[in-house]
Amino acid sequence: MQYFPFVVVAWILAVGLYGIVTSRHLVHLIMCLIVVQSSTYVLLLGVGYVTGAVAPYFYDIGVHTPAVDPVVQALALTDVVVEAAVTALLLAFAVQAHKRFGTLDPQELVSLKG
Amino acid sequence: MTPSLRRWVFLAGAAGLVAFYLWGLVGLPGFGDYPGPYGFIVNHIAVPQTKATGVVSAVNFEYRGFDTVGEEFILFTAAAGVSIVLRRLRGERQRPAVDEAADRDVPATSSAVRMLALLFTGPVVVVGWWLASHAQTNPSGGFQGGVILATAFILVYLSGEFLVFKRFSPVNLTDVTEAVGAGGFAAIGVSAVAMGLPYLYNFLPLGTTPGAVSSSGTIALISFFVGLEVAAAFILIVGELLEQTLLIRQGQ
Amino acid sequence: MNAAVSTPYTVPAGLMDALQVTVLVLVAVGATAVVLIRAHVRQVLALSVYGVLLAVLFLVFQAPDVTLSELAVGTVVLPILLLLTLAKIRKREE
Repeated sequence: MQYFPFVVVAWILAVGLYGIVTSRHLVHLIMCLIVVQSSTYVLLLGVGYVTGAVAPYFYDIGVHTPAVDPVVQALALTDVVVEAAVTALLLAFAVQAHKRFGTLDPQELVSLKG
Repeated sequence: MTPSLRRWVFLAGAAGLVAFYLWGLVGLPGFGDYPGPYGFIVNHIAVPQTKATGVVSAVNFEYRGFDTVGEEFILFTAAAGVSIVLRRLRGERQRPAVDEAADRDVPATSSAVRMLALLFTGPVVVVGWWLASHAQTNPSGGFQGGVILATAFILVYLSGEFLVFKRFSPVNLTDVTEAVGAGGFAAIGVSAVAMGLPYLYNFLPLGTTPGAVSSSGTIALISFFVGLEVAAAFILIVGELLEQTLLIRQGQ
Repeated sequence: MNAAVSTPYTVPAGLMDALQVTVLVLVAVGATAVVLIRAHVRQVLALSVYGVLLAVLFLVFQAPDVTLSELAVGTVVLPILLLLTLAKIRKREE
């Protein structure tokens, strides 16, 4: 249990990268990119966890109750929302690329020029 | 390079990458043994200092407020980028957004779907608004509230009423809302500078009761603006993609 | 309003460990499933389920804020964007 979450993070990263490298369709590639991004959220929250602690909200509990690290939660929170918008931009590129080239196979898109 | 050769080269490289990655991760203090003083210090002083009981939102909008301004402008730029990339190109035309099947016998959306979607739209708007305006109290904040507000508009589209969705969220109004949200956040920071304080300093009265709606100064105000901006950005993005799919056609 | 100050209920340590290990294994299986499915619409549905699993994982890691964000984004907004893109592409191929 000491290092199991980090092993899972490495596994998700490797599986996502495998999907990106062997992808035959740009939209499948974008979904594998989403999986790779999710591995960083798990890593951030795993680093900040304190055993036996609660969520850092002190509305109805004492101020000195042991709580998990709030800074990594703030980072992960903005991360999730902002990367959804960046994924939308990538999908817009995919739509226009399909109009222009007629295909969405990354291995064929590389060899097309202009 | 054939696909199977590519796969083997990747597996060799990935084995090396994962080995180094695991070597680095195992050097961290184990899961649950968080040693660092920063998290504990913030937990202890956030409530007395800012009178906000939601420490994550206090970190987001006060202690690390400058990072959040940057992230919000990433969101703003991405939404603007989607509008630009999905514009009507030369050689395409845009059909007018009217109901073309009004005189045909089109099978309507299933009543169960329509009823559920329309039934949930009101509560989702209330939940999203509540989350966006209560950042200092609960697990709430501008980002979550904004996204949930945007899903309410998506529910309207999913109940089969694309034209109603267009009428509820005209592009000009969403553009203005998004700009007001992003600009409002930056303006709060700049008005602190105008008073001679550091950028994004918490200059509004902090209130006395931790976690009350009127407490925590600029945190609640900033979270509200962020909620507006995030909701408008996502409505804009979904609207642009819907327009591309339904209205823009090839040819003159 | 001064709510009653109390100590929170904490789950016994062994149970919390078992819960976290279970959800982590489910997340790993979900990520593998998303990558290995090649049919487009099925992969979008798998991504939606993966979003729910991630949200449960964040909740078990004591992060309710991130749970809310991930639920709204990973379950609704991302699948809608992906399905609209797929519909646009398929419409052009007809």
